Amino acid sequence: MTLLQTRDLKAFYGDFQALFGIDLALAAGETVAIIGANGAGKTTLLRSVSGIIANAPEAVTLEGRPIGALAAPEVVALGIAMVPEGRKLFASLSVEENLLIGRYGRDVAGPWTLDSVYGLFPVLKERRNVPATALSGGQQQMVAIGRALMSNPRVLLCDEISLGLAPVVIRDIYAAFPRIRESGAAIVIVEQDIGQALRVAERVYCMMEGRVTLSGRPGELSREAIHAAYFGVHA
Amino acid sequence: MPPISGCMRDAPWPEDDGMSWLDTVVQGVLLGGLYALFAAGLSLVFGIMRLVNLAHGDLIVLAAYLILVLVTALGLNPFVAALVAMPIMFAAGWALQRLVLNRTLGDDILPPLLVTFGLSIVIQNALLEGFSADSRRIYAGGIETASLAIGPVNVGVMPLLTLASAVLAIVALNQLFYRTSLGRAFRATSDDPVTAGLMGIRPNRIFAQATGVAMVVVTIAALYLGTRANFDPATGPSRLIYAFEAVIIGGLGSLWGTLAGGIIIGVAQTVGAAVNPEWQILAGHVAFLAVLLARPRGLFPRAVD
Amino acid sequence: MSVDALSSFRVTTGTRASGAFALVAAALIVIAFAAPLFVSRSVIQNLFFILTMLALAQNWNLLAGYAGLVSVGQQAFVGIGAYAMFGAVILGGMDPVAAIAVGGVAAVLLAIPTAFFVFRLYGAYFAIGTWVIAEVARLVVAQWKSLGGGTGTSLPRDATRSIWGQEAVAALFGVRGPHAADIVSYWLALVLVIATIGFIYRLLRSRQGLGLAAVRDNQDAARSVGVDALRLKTLVYLAAAFGTGLVGALIYVQKARISPDAAFSVVDWTAYVIFIVVIGGIGTIEGPIVGIIVLFLLQNALSDYGSWYLLLLGLIGIAVMLFAPRGLWGFFTDRTGIELFPVRRNLIVAPGATPDKGGPHG
Repeated sequence: MTLLQTRDLKAFYGDFQALFGIDLALAAGETVAIIGANGAGKTTLLRSVSGIIANAPEAVTLEGRPIGALAAPEVVALGIAMVPEGRKLFASLSVEENLLIGRYGRDVAGPWTLDSVYGLFPVLKERRNVPATALSGGQQQMVAIGRALMSNPRVLLCDEISLGLAPVVIRDIYAAFPRIRESGAAIVIVEQDIGQALRVAERVYCMMEGRVTLSGRPGELSREAIHAAYFGVHA
Repeated sequence: MPPISGCMRDAPWPEDDGMSWLDTVVQGVLLGGLYALFAAGLSLVFGIMRLVNLAHGDLIVLAAYLILVLVTALGLNPFVAALVAMPIMFAAGWALQRLVLNRTLGDDILPPLLVTFGLSIVIQNALLEGFSADSRRIYAGGIETASLAIGPVNVGVMPLLTLASAVLAIVALNQLFYRTSLGRAFRATSDDPVTAGLMGIRPNRIFAQATGVAMVVVTIAALYLGTRANFDPATGPSRLIYAFEAVIIGGLGSLWGTLAGGIIIGVAQTVGAAVNPEWQILAGHVAFLAVLLARPRGLFPRAVD
Repeated sequence: MSVDALSSFRVTTGTRASGAFALVAAALIVIAFAAPLFVSRSVIQNLFFILTMLALAQNWNLLAGYAGLVSVGQQAFVGIGAYAMFGAVILGGMDPVAAIAVGGVAAVLLAIPTAFFVFRLYGAYFAIGTWVIAEVARLVVAQWKSLGGGTGTSLPRDATRSIWGQEAVAALFGVRGPHAADIVSYWLALVLVIATIGFIYRLLRSRQGLGLAAVRDNQDAARSVGVDALRLKTLVYLAAAFGTGLVGALIYVQKARISPDAAFSVVDWTAYVIFIVVIGGIGTIEGPIVGIIVLFLLQNALSDYGSWYLLLLGLIGIAVMLFAPRGLWGFFTDRTGIELFPVRRNLIVAPGATPDKGGPHG
């Protein structure tokens, strides 16, 4: 049942070690949240899984198959799609072209097509031919999510999708998540917003300074435990 | 060494005749088509990967020699030879990018500059060894001297074809860029190669394809260069300079701007030549410097550097 | 940190190797000046070639390796320097040696307006822009009929028969006129190389040099700490133009015959120079010295092979740039840490100065 797993995942930026052996599991169709402060290594973790950072082959496995050393284009072909931190839309492409390019590396039949993505985020259809970076922050986030969905991924990685957005906009975006879940994708959400993460996830991992400090189901974790794991305990 | 002539007519200019200035400008526009062809490949590659290939002019000359060899060895018509040369040049460009130039891309500006400069020297001297320093010409069986009367001016058929080819090439490139999946991939990679990887695009392959396409345009430019005037292994650098000037005048990232830039250089050259034949090339450079002074980003800038 | 702790840090640049080298260098310079006593005229001519190319390379290296300004148009200043010298001799009746200074000044006068144009461009476009300037200079000079126009001209015989110092040298060394002229040129080249390297060395050890290194690494960061990047780059551009102009004028005093295509040749004054710097080691003072020696040896071995020689140089340059971008000297200094012209600043920490309590958070 485990779809995606990391085992003793380490990551380095030059001489600087960002991840110190992360163990994480994701079941098919599950939604998991990773919370932690800035610099905890959450984005590094997603970049490792998605192939932007190269790791030991066995450190990341998809259905048991080692993918840790694969580059991003190969990872997306296997069905792991990322909504990158900061949206990272292509400025030279329109909204629709940004969506279409999501299909470039993995063009498989599935629930997500241009039409169904427009169904999920109707406001995008009205602005389909506008340059993508001319949209508001919330709309850009919708494009980024839609772009990742276009590859009909088995695993959707969402890196800080609430960053820089107003609360009402964040709510609207997360309101789309049930439909994404229904389509069968397993989701990993990285969030600094603890409340939002606990509301939407079935399991939570907390990270601090490159290590997992806490994991469990939202209902089982006390606020004190989460705060301690999030911020660290000082003598 | 006399300036390599981009000017076309051997006949003397008519004296002080209103028609002759119109004629001069028309010839300049047609010449601009050639320069736009030189520049289009450069503009394409720079737009996608921010690489300026200092060997660009020498690659045009290389393609011209390739066409020459096909014409003389296989007895082909130059236009057919150019068609045959296109896939060969595509492959050469693809390989060059994949094996050599991809390794130079990055934050440091020195490697691409110095490697392509070295490449320029290598190509020039390889051609010198292979073909000697003699001037060559591609003969197209008479069409070079044919001309057409359009209104009050006489235009050569080849210059007209050159301009038409330039326009067609730019239209085709724009279609490629804006109407195809590959074109989307080109634009995405040029915006953000890392995120493009997340979409399944492999930047190294995209860059190789882009250089391949640029080499196809280079082949077209070579056909018209070789049939219009003499060329020899040292002709490359001045073609690079005209191409570069056209791109800068037009503004980075705009292919139609490149056409405009080429035409401005062409007209400046023919007007300069009409005043004094020795001033032809200089006039082009002066026009370039003037535009650079007034509009450092060019006339129609689109890309952000 | 306490004041005591502050005073236990020192910044130095000297190293043991550099100290030893300074003595060796001083000895070499003395020997070099005395060389005409015991070597033949052809050796002097070869040394002249080596020294002038080295001077050009150091100037180009200052521009590209230290200021990050990659120019493929320095031949503009070689040509202008040379032509200004010719102009001063032929039209102004000056002595050729004195006219070398005119060459340097003319190069700077050209550099000032051209800086205005080329600094509007960046990266590769800056490079080609400098090439355009060189082409414009060549075409304009080729219009100058009184200096030979497109075909060029020679220095008048009475000028070349009595350049400054020539008679004294001829008498002192017991040699004939042209040989003496070569010796004078050689000494001038030696002085020029020492002055150029000395200037660059002093610059790099100064505050401006530190600022320059910062600009080269990260211009925005450097500006954010108050480095005036544009001013520094302009100064370096003008200084390199001056130096290049002087060398150009000196080279053509020795050649005594000039033409636009030769004086503004990309191959002679830029291609060879770039190869010297790249193969030797860009961004180091030692690099061009290594590079010119390599070039000279290759040239001697392969001069009969015409374009194969240039082709090989091109391939070697490409290979070095791809696989050993810091060149031969860079490779050596990376492995051994030896610097002969120490410009890197070393932080010396006195023992006991670092507090040893606490981890990253104190």
